Amino acid sequence: MRLKRKDLLGIEDLKLEEIEQILSTAESFKEVSTREIKKVPTLRGKTIINLFYEPSTRTRTSFEIAAKRMSADAVNISVSTSSVVKGETLKDTAKNIEAMRPDCIVVRHPSSGTPLMLAGYVGCSVVNAGDGAHEHPSQALLDMLTVKERKGSIAGLKIAIIGDIAHSRVARSNIYGFTRLGAEVVVAGPPTMMPAGIETLGCRATTDMDSALKGADVVMMLRIQLERQKESFFPTIREYSRVYGLDEMKLKKAKEDVIILHPGPINRGVEISSEVADGPYSLILDQVTNGVAVRMAIFYLLLGAAKEEGK
Amino acid sequence: MTRLVIRNGRLVDPSSNIDGVYNIYVMAGRIASVKPSKTDTTEITPGAPGLEIIEAEGLLVVPGLIDVHTHLREPGFEYKETVQTGAQAALAGGFTTILCMANTKPVNDNESVTRYILKKAEASGCAVLPVGALSRAQKGESLTEMAELKAAGCVAVSDDGVPVVDGGLMRRALEYSKIFNMPVISHAEDPLIAGSGVMNEGAVSTRLGLKGIPNAAEDSVVARDISLARLTGGRLHIAHVSTRGAVELIRAAKGNGVKVTAEATPHHLALTHEAVAGYNTNTKMNPPLRAPEDVEALREGLRDGTIDCIATDHAPQSTIEKDVEFDRAANGIIGLETAFSVIYGLVEAGVITLNQAIAAMTINPAKAFGLDKGSLRVGAQADMTLIDLNQSWTVEAKGLKSKSKNTPWLGATLKARVVKTITGGKSVYGLERP
Repeated sequence: MRLKRKDLLGIEDLKLEEIEQILSTAESFKEVSTREIKKVPTLRGKTIINLFYEPSTRTRTSFEIAAKRMSADAVNISVSTSSVVKGETLKDTAKNIEAMRPDCIVVRHPSSGTPLMLAGYVGCSVVNAGDGAHEHPSQALLDMLTVKERKGSIAGLKIAIIGDIAHSRVARSNIYGFTRLGAEVVVAGPPTMMPAGIETLGCRATTDMDSALKGADVVMMLRIQLERQKESFFPTIREYSRVYGLDEMKLKKAKEDVIILHPGPINRGVEISSEVADGPYSLILDQVTNGVAVRMAIFYLLLGAAKEEGK
Repeated sequence: MTRLVIRNGRLVDPSSNIDGVYNIYVMAGRIASVKPSKTDTTEITPGAPGLEIIEAEGLLVVPGLIDVHTHLREPGFEYKETVQTGAQAALAGGFTTILCMANTKPVNDNESVTRYILKKAEASGCAVLPVGALSRAQKGESLTEMAELKAAGCVAVSDDGVPVVDGGLMRRALEYSKIFNMPVISHAEDPLIAGSGVMNEGAVSTRLGLKGIPNAAEDSVVARDISLARLTGGRLHIAHVSTRGAVELIRAAKGNGVKVTAEATPHHLALTHEAVAGYNTNTKMNPPLRAPEDVEALREGLRDGTIDCIATDHAPQSTIEKDVEFDRAANGIIGLETAFSVIYGLVEAGVITLNQAIAAMTINPAKAFGLDKGSLRVGAQADMTLIDLNQSWTVEAKGLKSKSKNTPWLGATLKARVVKTITGGKSVYGLERP
């Protein structure tokens, strides 16, 4: 059955049943990617446009592969957003794309709230592939799928999200998602990168990495943007790594069967040591694999599945 | 000689502590007498030549409203607003006197720009009083020629829109302006603390993933400017107060005898940062909409007199600036045509009294800026606004006189409507009945 919504803009407004529906659909689509012919005809004739205003390799590729494995036609548009060059407005771009009759626009944009704006401009579905520091719903869904696969259930788990919480859309979407599924989420990072009132999203917040790691079932490390050093969010990369970088020593505080996630791309030796990233607890590559399945499920549930019967 | 009589309206004139049903007699553009309707036995002959009678039964009659903070965008940004369209918006909102800020292009930092604005306003029916720039080209480097600005018609100086970062320059402005007894209006903001923030810093900015502007960006500069006003004895007016900290600082300064006045906008008094959810760019302005505790502090400040004036910070922006991503949208909203209705909403909600609201839009701004206005005492200029408190209206883009339509109240139904605006005894605006 289709989701009763036109767009997927964030996890914040998803109901528990909707999250569960997407995850179980994704589980069933995983098998497609293991076939010799990695394709199902479900979305034949549908056009999906990847509209990316930020450089992205993995997310864009993942959405593109997902579309193609569902037999949809995927078109990529990369827009440079130099503030110096005044380009076409988002509204004009949206109206032009809509005139070509796509079924779905996947959008990534550095400005928070842009997917919502876009969804108001166009009649087709809009999927948020990351907007500013707001939300990145498909990432959170693939994280939830990865944890669910390994742990069986998410309720009751302790999830630690560590790093630059202030600028992270991944953190926000995961806080909403994991707490909705019954997990306890604690975020940790330097006070300079801890946004005001983050607890109101449903998590606990600390600046003490050890207390966040203590007893954690899942540790999610966030990518640190090296440029943040210039804005004095931390003095040096070296010191950041010393206090908030995850190494085997610090990881001992977590549960023995802890799993490590990272949305990628990773900065080896900065927020995560190579030993941990490549170690037995790391599910970083499983996340990438699950990303395709989750995005296939999103397309299917927005565009392909039958609408609710009898209505 | 033309005469005007406004009969049986409810006159609220805080400058003379009047709230009651009165007949107002105007001669040669000035108030000739004000008499309680019940006991008024003056004989008037309807239809007498040169006599206009306005029956105002059921209407509120107040001194013409004064807005000490508008942006009229001309010269330079005529596609957003002109002096004419801004003045028409003012009259439709019941304002008979408006001060307009200097951040035009070119900046109003010399007499030719001041005279140009005054020339454009001439036949508008609204008194447009320019505010001169504090620093040349608003660059924050050197003082403007204030003697020239004053002589040309400026009533205050300010770099509003651009914070004066250099505290030394602010000190000199407060000192030097004393020669001319001109208030210095401070847009109190530390741009380095504000950083690249686009809304109030707090739980809502965190939820929306938007960069925040902390209260400290405003509080710190209000503290600095109050210290400088104390040091120099200059007249300081704090524009668009938005934080609890700023209200507390101003209250303490007034208690200590510092010459400081302050204004708050209808939007900062009526809305909180929750209004930004949905990323409506018509909720983006500087300073930003703040947290509920700040709004409550502003309201308390208005009640106890810490906040003297209600001013709109009318800031027209076209769809080119506003129909874009939230963090790329320009700051500012228009306010002239909705101000009274929004404030009356606060009166109905019991936040402030009608008398406090009218005082903050008439006599208080007149006093803060040394204007002989804001009162309907005998001899005063006959600037008056007639308002139907019971008339609801829906804010629609096409009905607005302002050239720009950037208001968060688009589509909202508000109570209290200005039905007539009179300046110098002449009717300059009348609500067109459908």
